[in-house]
Amino acid sequence: MDPMVSMYISQGIHGIAYGMILFLIASGLNIIFGMMGILNMAHTAFFMLAAYFCYVVVGITGNFWLGLVFAPLFTAVLGVVMERVFLRKAVGHMGELILTMGISFVIVAAIKKIWGTESLPLQMPEILSGMVNIVGVSYPVYRLFVIGLALVILVFMMLLLYRTRLGKIVRAAVSDRDMVNALGININMVFMFVFGVGTWMAGLAGVAIAPILTVFPGLADQVGMDAFIVVVTGGFGSLAGAFIVSIIFGLLSSYGVQFVSQFAPVLMVVFMAIVLAFRPNGLFGVKE
Amino acid sequence: MLLEVKDLNTHYGPSHVLQGVHLEIGEGELVALLGRNGMGKSTTLKSIMGMVKPTSGSVKFEGQEIVGLPPYKVARAGIGYVPEERRIFPELSVLDNLMLGIKDGKIRNPNDPNTWTIERIFHHFPKLAERTHQAGGRLSGGEQQMLSIGRSLMGNPKLLLVDEPSEGLSPIMVQEVRNVLEEINKAGVSVLLVEHNLKVALSLAKRVYLMSKACIGCQASAQEVRSNHELRAKYLEA
Repeated sequence: MDPMVSMYISQGIHGIAYGMILFLIASGLNIIFGMMGILNMAHTAFFMLAAYFCYVVVGITGNFWLGLVFAPLFTAVLGVVMERVFLRKAVGHMGELILTMGISFVIVAAIKKIWGTESLPLQMPEILSGMVNIVGVSYPVYRLFVIGLALVILVFMMLLLYRTRLGKIVRAAVSDRDMVNALGININMVFMFVFGVGTWMAGLAGVAIAPILTVFPGLADQVGMDAFIVVVTGGFGSLAGAFIVSIIFGLLSSYGVQFVSQFAPVLMVVFMAIVLAFRPNGLFGVKE
Repeated sequence: MLLEVKDLNTHYGPSHVLQGVHLEIGEGELVALLGRNGMGKSTTLKSIMGMVKPTSGSVKFEGQEIVGLPPYKVARAGIGYVPEERRIFPELSVLDNLMLGIKDGKIRNPNDPNTWTIERIFHHFPKLAERTHQAGGRLSGGEQQMLSIGRSLMGNPKLLLVDEPSEGLSPIMVQEVRNVLEEINKAGVSVLLVEHNLKVALSLAKRVYLMSKACIGCQASAQEVRSNHELRAKYLEA
């Protein structure tokens, strides 16, 4: 195959893999916002925390897979604790915003205190570390794994939302949570579950990105800001919007670095500005 | 008494919107709560349901104090709520809307003829049966009202709080909704009905509470409201 073509394809794979990670973070943010109206500023701190948890688990056990399973779970438990203990007492959306922002500062400070500010390497498992050759183009196995993982989670989320009673309750609560409550459904339990799933997804993204970018305290800002831009551009509360915009952003960032490297960091923001100029509620956002 | 409301007070911020509401509903009764706009009829229903927190007073349902409980506990105690705006879930199908009304997702005693099941709802609301898999948001106003009533019935309530069911419906649909409420009541479900259409309300209820300025002004029979001009002028006519 033409080396140029194979380069385009492999850059594309890189972009999609990054887009998938953005999607994991953004969809968690989105589902929490859509249902509870809470813009969780601590979301990306949880994402980063999961990468550190994974670093610890891998350090103790030497097993990446255990990190992949347990680090997001620990993160989800912390997310649920935050929701139950603090967030429920916050008054109004401004209160929630300030509270979650404060929690995010606390998490980042704790991380710096415990693990320092160095970049900590996280070794990917042997089986995922090589390259694989498909029709003459070689791809890094790990990126393909990340794409596969995100797709599995996407399918799992779709089945959960559209095929189970719990998912239908969540979808109903997005449009009218008081009415759901009046039907005899304990909405607080549903919120807790949604918050747990949302932070769990952020945690998965944190673990998935750790072997690519290493683990460092700037992770939340670097990737987190992109995830927030995804949510705003795709439209608050829209999973489809988050998915499409994540992929676009992933590709923009990888081809951007390739072709217009000095402009690469602003491409997403420019894209967001253009979208919002024509659709102020985002690509798939609905008017309030 | 199935429901006993005593000295119920509710505030919205500084405004005292319910000032000592008293009312009672017996087993199997259909009672109408009437009055002009802004007198607190909807707030009374919401306060019973727990959707608005009353500041003081008592709401007893089957002898149990339920005032201050969150709505889901009130619903589980056996009270269904059909809100004024219908509030069906627009993205979910008709069937899913009904299914969410089932408490814990499981119908107890599905073979008891008095239990509300999907089949029984579809029997009472044939229009909904035709639209089983359509999104709730695509139904007409009347169909949405039927769905909202059906959804509450799926929780097999002993008492249904129904807020302005005929609002915004065509005369034919108003008649249909009226008949459905009558059937439901005949089937043993007690109803507290807020309704601005006097003809509909008086044709259904035997007993009527008239509300004025945040409290119950008086209690009357439907017959009295029909015949007593002064009563109507005082509480109902604009």
